[in-house]
Amino acid sequence: MTRWRGIVVPLALLALAEVAFRTGGGTSDSLAPPSRAIAALWAVLTDGSLIVGTAQTLGTMLAGLALGGLGGLAAGIALGFSDLLRRFTFLTIEMLRPIPSVALLPLSLLVFGFGHRMEIAVIAFATFWPSLILTQSAVVQIEPRLIEVARMLRFTRLQIAWKIVLPAAAPRLMTALRLAAGLALVVAVTAEIVSNPQGLGHDLMIAQETLRPERMFAVLFWVGLLGWGKNAALLALERWLFACRGEVDTSIAT
Amino acid sequence: MSSGSAALEFEAVGLELGGRPIVQSIEFTVGHGEFVCVIGASGCGKTTLLRLLAGLLSPTTGRVRLGGRQVAGPSRDVAFVFQDYGRALLPWRTAAGNVSLALEAVGVPTAERAQRIAPLLAKVGLGDHAEKYPSQLSGGMQQRLQIARCLAQDPTVLLMDEPFGALDAMTRQSLQDEVLRIVAEQRATVLFVTHDLEEALYLGDRVIALYSNPGRMARVLDIPLPRPRNQLTTREHPEFLRLRRELFTVMEEIHA
Repeated sequence: MTRWRGIVVPLALLALAEVAFRTGGGTSDSLAPPSRAIAALWAVLTDGSLIVGTAQTLGTMLAGLALGGLGGLAAGIALGFSDLLRRFTFLTIEMLRPIPSVALLPLSLLVFGFGHRMEIAVIAFATFWPSLILTQSAVVQIEPRLIEVARMLRFTRLQIAWKIVLPAAAPRLMTALRLAAGLALVVAVTAEIVSNPQGLGHDLMIAQETLRPERMFAVLFWVGLLGWGKNAALLALERWLFACRGEVDTSIAT
Repeated sequence: MSSGSAALEFEAVGLELGGRPIVQSIEFTVGHGEFVCVIGASGCGKTTLLRLLAGLLSPTTGRVRLGGRQVAGPSRDVAFVFQDYGRALLPWRTAAGNVSLALEAVGVPTAERAQRIAPLLAKVGLGDHAEKYPSQLSGGMQQRLQIARCLAQDPTVLLMDEPFGALDAMTRQSLQDEVLRIVAEQRATVLFVTHDLEEALYLGDRVIALYSNPGRMARVLDIPLPRPRNQLTTREHPEFLRLRRELFTVMEEIHA
């Protein structure tokens, strides 16, 4: 195991920052040394405030991801199968898709007010498109012979979707999920920074407004850790799901 | 043979795709339990005939009938053995799981599936490979697996599209004998497409030769060779050699 080597650079950077801060002298209202950030992290962890923020951010992120991801999945399967549907919807999709999801924050705030609903709506919008596009392309790439095998066995459309399309597309769908989950976390924190007074993004704003940089670094570090943990969990899920398969799909080894 | 007793029947069948004629004036019947081979150069519409019977294509003119009924779409009485076995198997399912797919289609309860799958795999010589994935099987074994899956749907008609075309000579011969044995046991009707003249003679009760572009009937040959057939004695039979010469001449005419 040589994975410990990865930790060397971050630790060295932290040490460097600490030394620079102490020799540079004095206190600052805009920056804080790592030692104070770590102490602040411990403080917000033990007083429960970070847990509350994390629960709010992760909760809205998961709810938005579930709505947008599953919606995109269903729409992607439908579009992957129907040329007619594709022709009717492509202009609509190409017009809606490029809208930056953050640009919808004011509208969502107007409609839903403060709280988790406005944030979930924007996350769902943001994750719907990559889920739709990647699912559609995964469905289009399914071996047509498999569909013929299913037709010869007279499976219904729903059975074909369940027994052939989903498992055949699963490796690509996992890639789509990883992408959408990353996007969901970005949009969640952005929404909380820009307009929604809850969650980790709001914690960052409070730290800024109360001139407590050590607290800001603590939350920043925590958000980074969450993103890393989320990715590791999804990769583990992917390995667990596909390890039992005989096939090894190296095309998506991202 | 009267149309009432025919397992499958082409009546003045023609098919055009995109304004181009693919097959024309196809007319023949196959009796129950008969093994008929279709032979012709590539592009003669051999596969098209199978796809018309399978209900994957509809004829532009004429009628295609199965057991006296006009084909309107796929039926579970008809099994299709595809040439490209590697693409026809579900790579995420084991050998047993692939056979199970057909049982799921027929509606066999979960509890009964295992006891149905084992003898089917044994029948095609894959008894010890039930838990392997297709990628872990050789080409010949993958094609055996596809045949087992087709047998699982208990078909009355087997459509085989150059099933051994991609296999080496030894594997091909043993699979030919296995298929003959299996269809004799199942009393299934077989329409078998090949471009291998000797394979057609070895397997068939009759051989239908097709002209190319568009596919049309060229010749129908009866193969009165004794059964069970044998890779050595059948292929050395004077009648086999005579038929081989005759069919060879027909094929030369077709290519000319």
